Amino acid sequence: MTESLKRTPLYDLHLALGAKMVPFAGYEMPVQYTDGVLKEHLWTRERAGLFDVSHMGQAFFCSKKSPGTEEAHQDAAAALETLVPGEVRKLKKGAMRYSVLLNEDGGVLDDLMITRPLRDDDQGRLFIVVNAACKDDDFALIRAKLGGRADLEICDRHNAFAGARALLALQGPCAAAVLESIAPGVAAQPFMSMQPREWNGADLLVSRCGYTGEDGFEVSVREEHAVGFARALLAHPDVKPIGLGARDSLRLEAGLCLYGHDLDLTTSPIEANIAFVLGKRRRAEGGFPGADRILKEAAIGPRRLRVGLRPEGRAPAREGAEIQSEDGRQIGVVTSGGFAPSLNAPIAMGYVDAAQAKSGTRVALIVRGKPLPAAVADMPFVPHRYYRDQEKTT
Amino acid sequence: MKKYTEDHEWVSVEGDTATIGITEHAAGQLGDVVFVELPAVGTKFKQKGEMAVVESVKAASDVYAPVSGEVVAVNQAIADDPAKVNADPEGASWFVKIKLSSRSELDRLMDEASYRKLIG
Repeated sequence: MTESLKRTPLYDLHLALGAKMVPFAGYEMPVQYTDGVLKEHLWTRERAGLFDVSHMGQAFFCSKKSPGTEEAHQDAAAALETLVPGEVRKLKKGAMRYSVLLNEDGGVLDDLMITRPLRDDDQGRLFIVVNAACKDDDFALIRAKLGGRADLEICDRHNAFAGARALLALQGPCAAAVLESIAPGVAAQPFMSMQPREWNGADLLVSRCGYTGEDGFEVSVREEHAVGFARALLAHPDVKPIGLGARDSLRLEAGLCLYGHDLDLTTSPIEANIAFVLGKRRRAEGGFPGADRILKEAAIGPRRLRVGLRPEGRAPAREGAEIQSEDGRQIGVVTSGGFAPSLNAPIAMGYVDAAQAKSGTRVALIVRGKPLPAAVADMPFVPHRYYRDQEKTT
Repeated sequence: MKKYTEDHEWVSVEGDTATIGITEHAAGQLGDVVFVELPAVGTKFKQKGEMAVVESVKAASDVYAPVSGEVVAVNQAIADDPAKVNADPEGASWFVKIKLSSRSELDRLMDEASYRKLIG
């Protein structure tokens, strides 16, 4: 290690919980606890898992207009829309969107969450959460491109408004009941919404979202309250701490992209099969980086597509494995692959020529020099179980 | 006689047959094993040749031949149920048995005390 690794506010707690720590995106992070990846994965699908994702970048993107007005929201949203292809201006108060930061070639610089705050007083501020490995570049880009139009207030020690903040994810079928028991009101919160809550005098920003395919929450909390809040969640018998290893296998089963692997500077959102990030109005109007390429691909189809892959047998195909057609031509490459504990079988995702992207297409994955038979498969591999409001009435 | 390698294989010798597996330490570091690939009976390996593959949820690792020889038996039970590797890595969950071709190679391997020192 040439550079010293950063630690999250939960570092000592991870050690106390028996975590195995590894370097990840410049941080010392828990890859697993004493139960190990397999049990942690299954526990999250059956009960609730607590993840420390404090390494991710949190910031507020703020209009220079006086806050608390629709005008200020429109101003901040219009500015951010110059870097992302999603609908930000018409986001409802308290609603969040998954989006991507684009380069001029229509490649993905990072994926992120963009949230419009619920409170009237906070209008004109957009809460963004970006990947740890990209955050310095993302923030520098936003300031360089939009510094004249808006202020980026990163959630660090210098931030007088929001402070330095930890981010904890609670995921799994028991997550809502557990969080409700210490932060009443969250159980009825809509999917993809953020609401402010209070816990023991600490302000929480509770978002109903996640990276596992399960119902769950991501909770932003000032770092001085992070350990207490994490301990309060872990005190519940349905909650166990879960490391990055299971976080990866859970998101792979859910068919979700990992930046730097399934998404990068060369992949467009259309190729990545996340065309839903394009807002309807944005498709018509353009006005985002790489719009020419992206709208063309949206209209006539991309050259290649991200697909799911199901190898036969038990051998996993890992990132970098070549994908061949049945007649032995290279048609793509695996970008994420491993073993799916919930399916007790290997799964992968990768990019293939668009002509070979249909579900059920027979392919071969080259593993240790040998062709491993596999088929293109629908994603998610494990059905999403996100919270839907309608469930209350059925 | 039981010996160990720097790559965390163990080899136990009776007569001219060597039973080979991965150590408790290796199994612990790998985590839950989900896949094992074993060589065919009759395959010949040189010392340090890639002999088998063991994969956990997250990563793949090669298992190297601690000594040269010809495979005379493989443990199909761990290929059928890879979790067995974590349960008893230095006992019932051996990987292969080989017929030794060069006993002197054993001298270059570690004894238990040296291996314990290596893994700390």
